[in-house]
Amino acid sequence: MKLAILGAGDVGRSVADLAGEYGHDVVALADSTTATVDDDGIDIAGALERKAGDEALGSSEPDDVFDADYDVLVEATPTTLDDAEPGFSHVTRALEADRHVVLANKGPVAERYEELRALEADSAGSIRFEATVGGAIPVLSTIEDSTPQAVTAARGVLNGTANFILTRMAAEGLDYEHVLAEAQDLGVAEADPTFDVDGTDAALKFVILANVLADGGFSLEDATVEGIQNIPGSALDLAAEDGRTIRLIGEATRDGVRVGPRLVPENGPLAVTGTRNIVQIETRNAGSLHSSGRGAGGPETATAVLSDVGRLPPL
Amino acid sequence: MAAVSDDPVDEDEAETDGGVRAYTVRLELVDEPGELLRALSPIANNGGNLLSIHHERGNITPRGHIPVEVDLESPPDRFDGIVDALRDAGVNVIQAGAEHYGEEISVVLVGNLVERDLSNTLSRIEDEADAVVRDLSLAAPDGTDAVSSARIRLAIDSGRSDAALEAIRAIGSEKELTVVEPLLGGDSA
Repeated sequence: MKLAILGAGDVGRSVADLAGEYGHDVVALADSTTATVDDDGIDIAGALERKAGDEALGSSEPDDVFDADYDVLVEATPTTLDDAEPGFSHVTRALEADRHVVLANKGPVAERYEELRALEADSAGSIRFEATVGGAIPVLSTIEDSTPQAVTAARGVLNGTANFILTRMAAEGLDYEHVLAEAQDLGVAEADPTFDVDGTDAALKFVILANVLADGGFSLEDATVEGIQNIPGSALDLAAEDGRTIRLIGEATRDGVRVGPRLVPENGPLAVTGTRNIVQIETRNAGSLHSSGRGAGGPETATAVLSDVGRLPPL
Repeated sequence: MAAVSDDPVDEDEAETDGGVRAYTVRLELVDEPGELLRALSPIANNGGNLLSIHHERGNITPRGHIPVEVDLESPPDRFDGIVDALRDAGVNVIQAGAEHYGEEISVVLVGNLVERDLSNTLSRIEDEADAVVRDLSLAAPDGTDAVSSARIRLAIDSGRSDAALEAIRAIGSEKELTVVEPLLGGDSA
């Protein structure tokens, strides 16, 4: 497959870097200001080096990516809420040109799922978005394999930053502010960690899961979301006295989406530690399945994108 | 004639070892003189042994009745007869049997617990979530004027945990407390 990659952050760069290993060619790579386009395959190493040196990726405009001879558009621009632009328009242009789209950007799938599916129905191309939920963990493909009708709920931890903070608070008896500062020093939390700690990031992922289970009908505003900012160290201490701990847990069913701090058994499957993520898929006929792994990171998320590319039918 | 072992009729058959079991019966009484005595006599008359009576006179149900909780012990084969006799006497039996308070859940409350009147919070949880507070642990490392946490272990009726948690959520949001609920779904509870 020939890939056109929009977005040159951690994920976009890693997709470009690893594409060859998975048997794919990269014909275009764009960030928000410039692009490099070559129908015979771009010079990936050169482009990544220029990006690392804060230089222009190439001499083309980002818009020129759509004129490249590509099979799959990889949408890896930053997630935006509400109208999910410009990601949504990127997906629209590729589908209208009868090309496939693989998203790492959560916005369009969480906020405008039905519109995406309608566009897909009129296109020869199709959309896949494994990378939007749980990074490297195969969540959506597991649901697809179990058939969504046989899955009754998905629960778990899908934000590594919040999980890291709660883990450190419980282990060290420290308060939220202190551990957040430590997480920022370690690069685990961003300078503005709002969406991680207020539950928004996890909620977007569980909204996507609910959309897959119910075939649409949910956006972020339908989710009940609570963050971890108000959890003091003393609450974790009390939970521990009872053999429990507190995790930022999301739940997606056909009836709704809920994210908030919850009590879980300290040694139970959902009490993963550090930045690790876990998803429990509750099935009607096969009990619960648990998948755990790295829920974020460039190469980790890129493997989910490239697995999706591998699942696409030839155009 | 089917001999199905889980037929409910079989479960209700008398035990033959002569043992007694403890039961809780929840009644609603009309607020009239003599009503409590009238409600209790069918218990003693049918082989029940009264253990305790929790009579909340100040607490009126939405129907204007007074809730009364009666703990009693009786041979298992007599218990259904006691409940029938109560109902025959016109006593409103809300809930009877061992399934009462059959589940336990823990929640953690966070916020200005003391300033928001912790004992009122607890009694409202008991009333509105239909629960009994079994145990309370309070952690106020920065003093009772600051944000503190409380872990509360609650006994609730079997199958009513979702409704109880919903009631606790409502109390929490009214009192600006963060309610950390247990995760009940799946096999993680």
